[in-house]
Amino acid sequence: MRRLRGKLAPYLLSLPSWVYLLVFFLIPLCSMLGMALAVGNPLTGYILSDNFQEFVTAFNNYQDAFLRSFWYGTASTVITLAISYPVAYWIAFYGGRHKSTYLFLVMLPFFVSFVIRVLAWEFILSDQGFLLGPLKAIGLLPRSYHLLSTQWAVIGGLVYNSFAYYVLPLYVVLEKIDRRLVRAANDLYASPATAFMKIILPLSAPGVFAGFLLVFVTNVGDFVNAALLGGPGTYMIGNIIQDSFFESQDYPMAAALSSMLMLMLMIAILLYSKVFGAEAIQEYAA
Amino acid sequence: MNAAPSNRHNVRLERVTKQFGSWTAVDDISLTINGGEFFSLLGPSGCGKSTTLSMIGGFESPSCGAIYLGGEDVSRQPPYKRDVNTVFQSYALFPHLDIFENVAFGLRRKGLAKAEIEARVREMLALVDLAGFAKRKPGQLSGGQAQRVALARALVNKPKLLLLDEPLGALDLKLRKQMQIELKRIQNEIGITFLFVTHDQEEAMAMSDRLAVMSKGRIEQIGTPAEVYDHPATEFVASFLGASNLIPGTVVERGKETAVVRLEDGALIRLPVAALQTGDAEVKIGVRPEKFLVLAPGESEAPGWNVIEAVAGVSVYLGVSRQYMMESKTGRPLSVYAQNAGRMGDIAPGETVRLAWNPMHTFAVAANQTQPEGE
Repeated sequence: MRRLRGKLAPYLLSLPSWVYLLVFFLIPLCSMLGMALAVGNPLTGYILSDNFQEFVTAFNNYQDAFLRSFWYGTASTVITLAISYPVAYWIAFYGGRHKSTYLFLVMLPFFVSFVIRVLAWEFILSDQGFLLGPLKAIGLLPRSYHLLSTQWAVIGGLVYNSFAYYVLPLYVVLEKIDRRLVRAANDLYASPATAFMKIILPLSAPGVFAGFLLVFVTNVGDFVNAALLGGPGTYMIGNIIQDSFFESQDYPMAAALSSMLMLMLMIAILLYSKVFGAEAIQEYAA
Repeated sequence: MNAAPSNRHNVRLERVTKQFGSWTAVDDISLTINGGEFFSLLGPSGCGKSTTLSMIGGFESPSCGAIYLGGEDVSRQPPYKRDVNTVFQSYALFPHLDIFENVAFGLRRKGLAKAEIEARVREMLALVDLAGFAKRKPGQLSGGQAQRVALARALVNKPKLLLLDEPLGALDLKLRKQMQIELKRIQNEIGITFLFVTHDQEEAMAMSDRLAVMSKGRIEQIGTPAEVYDHPATEFVASFLGASNLIPGTVVERGKETAVVRLEDGALIRLPVAALQTGDAEVKIGVRPEKFLVLAPGESEAPGWNVIEAVAGVSVYLGVSRQYMMESKTGRPLSVYAQNAGRMGDIAPGETVRLAWNPMHTFAVAANQTQPEGE
């Protein structure tokens, strides 16, 4: 009896998580997939059918938005990596006893609401804002120059909002790296740059990998940055889904688009892990 | 693998000082290590031995003074340009590389041909008895194996000088004894100069050709293990290297070869004049515990030997010897090792005995010096 209880304990302890995943993930996922195949309208209700037409329509009409989303997602993630790696490196290696203070400072902007932060960027990037205004006044930029509504405004917003999400996983791996390894590499004729390439970078690969996934997935599906900082030409797939859902109330279309986005992300992640991920992580764990 | 020892490979420190802020870690030390020598820096933690090693390795630069490697001043050369390799106390093996790549790391940085790297790494792994481990990761090794990889990774580069920073500190006693012998064997085989840093006096004496005893950033004495043990230059060296009995006394006579010292309890003892290092009248004379001979009741000492009286205290049986805690007539604690050769029965606590020793085995240090701290 006791032995049986012992065997069951792990399952019983994880039961709340299973229930949670069932109620808030698996059921909604099935209902979304079902909705994508349904016919009907909000007034009369929906009937599940084998109607794949929505997927075809979604694919035909919104190819651009899908491509744009993946481009924005990739560009913003790469730029975020380039910005956050030095910051995480500096905090981990030179932060001394103020490490947690610096991390707190990185997190600090995130205590402000997401929407407010994006609105602040709208203000910063505006045509006569404090960034462009002075540059135009002294003639460095033409009067007609603008950043808002361009793809760079959207990518900039995405970078800003994902900064902390990349710093944290990078910090965690960098902080774990034994500084004495760098010393050993220097002792074995590796210049500081070589030591970084051969020791630090490979050892921090799991953080680069994890942060990339976290930021990329979030950014591809984002719609707030495109809605507030972009224009008609910067519509991401998230914006289309939002419009289908709230504006045109075309639930099957919204569901079909969401399902397709999910599928594409899963394929992208699988490919990505095949190429970079699994090996780096296994190598580190070994 | 037979790089002949040569004087072009010697190491010279000239008046080297290292300060960290107002703290002087290394204070004006000079020493020469000969090519092919096994040299140890010995001292308690904080004595500056590791800082000295760091400066020779290039991880710290001296505040004053110069370091010469094979005649070349390398004081300002960064570590990755120095022909010196280090076995680190923590081993610092690269966790993401297998054993082969760990050992090959330095050779790859030097840009050697693939075939030569392969051959040298294989040869080195065989030398440290790890031939079958090339594909393992450092995480899969025992402490002793990791230690040998660290050694192979440094030695494969055939440096002018190998630095060893307490490399045996993390091993258990048995493995440590094995590795001491192993290190000596390897050093004999390849003839590279070894500079070994340790706080373990037994280890330093067992392995070194010569050693330097350091305290508070200074070198107290340099010499062969026998010189340093039998003729310690300072009270610090006398107490740090093994046990020693120090008794204050006054020099009453300086002959041509022999001097006479009156101990605090009035006994007169003889010692070689050469053992007196200064002209001071006040000295402390020292005798190693194993140099005492406990005389049986009625037994007379060998002609010319020194004798003092002592009261026996508790004793500890150590197998090869019995270690007695005794007290001199003036209440000064004395440590005496009586060899377990069946000369006489055990001495009961409280018994008064006479201790004799050969004057040759007497050393003297200056009277006003401090005891070593720590340890």
